[in-house]
Amino acid sequence: MTALITSLPTEFKVAQVDYSAIAPMLIVTAGALVGVLVEAFAPRRLRYAAQVGVALVALVAAFVVLVTVSVDAQGLTLERAVVIDGPALFLQGTVLLMSVLGVLTMAERFGGESPDAFTPMGAAVPGSPQEASAMRAGLMSSEVFPLTLFAVVGMMLFPAAGDLLTMFVALEVLSLPLYLLSGLARRRRLLSQEASLKYFLLGAFSSAFFLFGAALMYGYSGSIYLGDISKAITSASGELDGLLIPGVVFLLVGLLFKVGAVPFHSWTPDVYQGAPTPVTGFMAACTKVAAFGAILRLVYVGLEANRWDWRAGVIAVAALTMVIGSVLSVTQTDVKRLLAYSSIAHAGFILVAVLAFDKLGVAGTMFYLVAYGFATIAAFGIVSMVRQGGSEASHLSQWAGLGRNHPVVAAVFAFLLLAFAGIPLTSGFTAKYAAFSPAIAFGGRAGVSLVVIGVLCSVITAFVYVRLIVLMYFTEPAGGEVVAEMPSPMTTVALSIGTLVTLGLGIFPAQVLSLAESSSVFLR
Amino acid sequence: MTNFPWLTTIALLPLVGAAIVFALPAGLADRAKHIALGVSGLTLVLTIAAALQFDSGSKAQFQLVEQHEWIPQFGVSYAMGVDGLALVMIIMAAILAPICILAAWDDVPEGGKREKNYFALMLVLETFMIGVFAATDVFLFYVFFEAMLIPVYFLIGSYGGARRQYAAVKFLLYSLAGGLVMLVGVIALYQYGPGGADGFLVTKLTGLDIPVVAERLMFVAFFFAFAVKAPMWPVHTWLPDAATEARPATAVLLVGVLDKVGTFGMIRFCLQLFPEASKWATPVVIVLAVISVLYGALLAIGQTDVMRLIAYTSVSHFGFIVLGIFAMTTVGGAGSTLYMLNHGFGTAALFLVAAMLVARRGSKRIPDFGGWQRVTPGLAGAFLIAGLAGLALPGLSSFVSEFLVLLGTFQRYKAAAVIATAGIILAALYILLMYKRMMTGPKPELVEPVRDWNVREKLVIAPLIAALLVLGFYPKPALDLLNPAVSKTLSYVGVSDPAPTTAADGSAK
Repeated sequence: MTALITSLPTEFKVAQVDYSAIAPMLIVTAGALVGVLVEAFAPRRLRYAAQVGVALVALVAAFVVLVTVSVDAQGLTLERAVVIDGPALFLQGTVLLMSVLGVLTMAERFGGESPDAFTPMGAAVPGSPQEASAMRAGLMSSEVFPLTLFAVVGMMLFPAAGDLLTMFVALEVLSLPLYLLSGLARRRRLLSQEASLKYFLLGAFSSAFFLFGAALMYGYSGSIYLGDISKAITSASGELDGLLIPGVVFLLVGLLFKVGAVPFHSWTPDVYQGAPTPVTGFMAACTKVAAFGAILRLVYVGLEANRWDWRAGVIAVAALTMVIGSVLSVTQTDVKRLLAYSSIAHAGFILVAVLAFDKLGVAGTMFYLVAYGFATIAAFGIVSMVRQGGSEASHLSQWAGLGRNHPVVAAVFAFLLLAFAGIPLTSGFTAKYAAFSPAIAFGGRAGVSLVVIGVLCSVITAFVYVRLIVLMYFTEPAGGEVVAEMPSPMTTVALSIGTLVTLGLGIFPAQVLSLAESSSVFLR
Repeated sequence: MTNFPWLTTIALLPLVGAAIVFALPAGLADRAKHIALGVSGLTLVLTIAAALQFDSGSKAQFQLVEQHEWIPQFGVSYAMGVDGLALVMIIMAAILAPICILAAWDDVPEGGKREKNYFALMLVLETFMIGVFAATDVFLFYVFFEAMLIPVYFLIGSYGGARRQYAAVKFLLYSLAGGLVMLVGVIALYQYGPGGADGFLVTKLTGLDIPVVAERLMFVAFFFAFAVKAPMWPVHTWLPDAATEARPATAVLLVGVLDKVGTFGMIRFCLQLFPEASKWATPVVIVLAVISVLYGALLAIGQTDVMRLIAYTSVSHFGFIVLGIFAMTTVGGAGSTLYMLNHGFGTAALFLVAAMLVARRGSKRIPDFGGWQRVTPGLAGAFLIAGLAGLALPGLSSFVSEFLVLLGTFQRYKAAAVIATAGIILAALYILLMYKRMMTGPKPELVEPVRDWNVREKLVIAPLIAALLVLGFYPKPALDLLNPAVSKTLSYVGVSDPAPTTAADGSAK
């Protein structure tokens, strides 16, 4: 008890802020706030252009500042609440680049007046006269852009959080806008609202787990700072050990929920299916980056000292995640659910790298996140383009024969699927190698076993992707006119970047790999 | 010219050709096959030019070497180089590619974009085939090994027969399963190597001191992939489906060249990198090889689909090849490597002649034929020669190699050699029965008159038959290239040929 009291500050001190370190986050926050003002004061016809512009400018500016200014300002700031170090910068940069692509796909209008994926009025009851009149009046949900920026702020803070409370705040800041965004689909709105509610309820539940875990850790160590917790674990007398394992478990539950690891995955398929497709892509890519960043920091900085106590559990989670994600993806008939289960399997592959407990494991995780994220945003971007009768043709049977009518779209999608399957000369293979090789080198027997499970699951997921390629290329089109909408330059740019990154990281990955390796050391 | 990047040039040329073919405007789509043939012909010329630079007396394991850093973080180099075996395989691939393109001339009658893509895919495949044999970096080899699957997958799945989807997916999944298991071995192998930015070079990974269990596990991981590829019993089941559903030209490249990667890999990687484990696994491998020999032959006898029959003969022949490799004698090794070359031409001849007959009859079923030597005497003759090569008739190429394999095996594993010899008798059965059923008998009554082979078909068949004859009577040039490679590999394994004691004993009496 005495330790606890002495650790409290005797007087209130103003925290030292290193503004150049956190400038990217501030810029995105400012962008989000400007977006709110635009939503409130700008005339309706200007709102779309203004919102997209503000969002893109904020994200790009933040990225530029990140690579020019913040890289030289590494260190602990805001009284150790925020840690700007190699992994944090790498992941923040990744999130920023991916959200640029995400915003570009969200802004797609397909020749209409408003962003095509989003309902004109989120508050209207689906199918109500109110909704119809909102549609007629040309309303649009341009607030999705500031919401996205707020989510990005959370995602940037998440992997940079130096203490458990900051981590919790980041978790909430990134989650709340995503709950909302999930519910704003223009079509199949009930499904979308169900997704939103499900995500919110389960997400709130998991946040509560995280918070409770943080409280237990504070009880155990007398501090919420990850560095202090680590010290407490190594020097603990043992009288409070009963708090440690439950605390670790609850913290990990909260974070593993966000990456969609089994058994905390049940929200993933429903939310991925119900959410507007560009949001799904954004969420799948960026949330994973941020949440894995947080997991890395938590376990490498805070909990590594007693990893032998909890490692077995996470190994089981990783194995289950790979197996269940890949096996269940076989039975899916909806392309978005299929990609959701595939994202679960990928989360398992990434966990294998996390469990290596080595600098190379961090680099492998980060590289995998980059590779997976860019491919995923592009893949969901394509899903949003393929239409039948105006709404998304997400049922697998509707994809039959797409290669005949839309060779380019089908070719890009097939290429991305091959990347997910981990075929060489795509980023997926390099990433799998980067993730699995530290597990074999440093993971011991468990690491090797996980990698064996991982490659066997890769075969299963490969079957799923290959079947989809068979459907697109080798099957006659089923009835009904399935078309790929002509994308605007924005979506085209996003898809091209995603695809080129996927190809580039497959053929010339050395630059990004060395960047990941050189930024894989955590500051404590 | 020693510094000229021969291998990269040979490998890249078809890829460039593929890009040109793919980018052809719709109006010129019917020129695709001409360009493809020209590019693959040019590749052949360059390959021969490269082969002339090769010095079979050199001490170094690899020649025509190129090495550049590729992914230093993983220890991966872009490293190419050939020994005699790799060079022979590359020459074989370079010869078969234009022949197959010529044989595939009318495979996509509807023309247009589909035809263009067909020939582009063939050229892409040629790039990967050359790359996979030329890679002297384990990781680079793996990249080619896996990437190769994609063009084949599309060639089978898009252009194949009625059950092409099934065959394509089965092919891809078997190969991927094998490949991914091998990936674990590849990752682990690097950990035991010297590491560093070029730690994946074959030369750096040879002669490592690996713990026994780890070496055996890695051997199994590699061997599994190669056994699927080769294919050996019991993981051969994808081959008959793929071979019968694919277009004949694809089937030739698949069985004639791609499957050789399996046996090539066993020599280059299993034996060279894991010598102790190879010796440990030899009894099992020999048993599997003998089973493959007999099982493939027996199933071939029972087939009614001529393409499936030829595929099963290949299972049997690959059994012989593996047998010779794992006998670990210089004679057996020479026989196996020569067999890899001969089998490429022999199977190509069988597949392509059979396909010409199938195209005329409109059926792959053997009972649908009969008496065709009266209808198409030229094709029947070619079919007979190709078939006789398949059953290893003296004077045709397979005889030399099959004899060497059995001789080499007998030096060390007498029982296996004796049992495998039964494969020769079965081979006579399946070939001669097939020929009898298809070619002999009364002249069939055909609705439309059928013409014998045309000029293009003669051009396709002639070089193959010539190769069978030349290699049958004068295999020395090939053996001169192959022998140093084999003895080098065996020296890595650390085995020497058993002394022929029995012969000495016999003469003393």
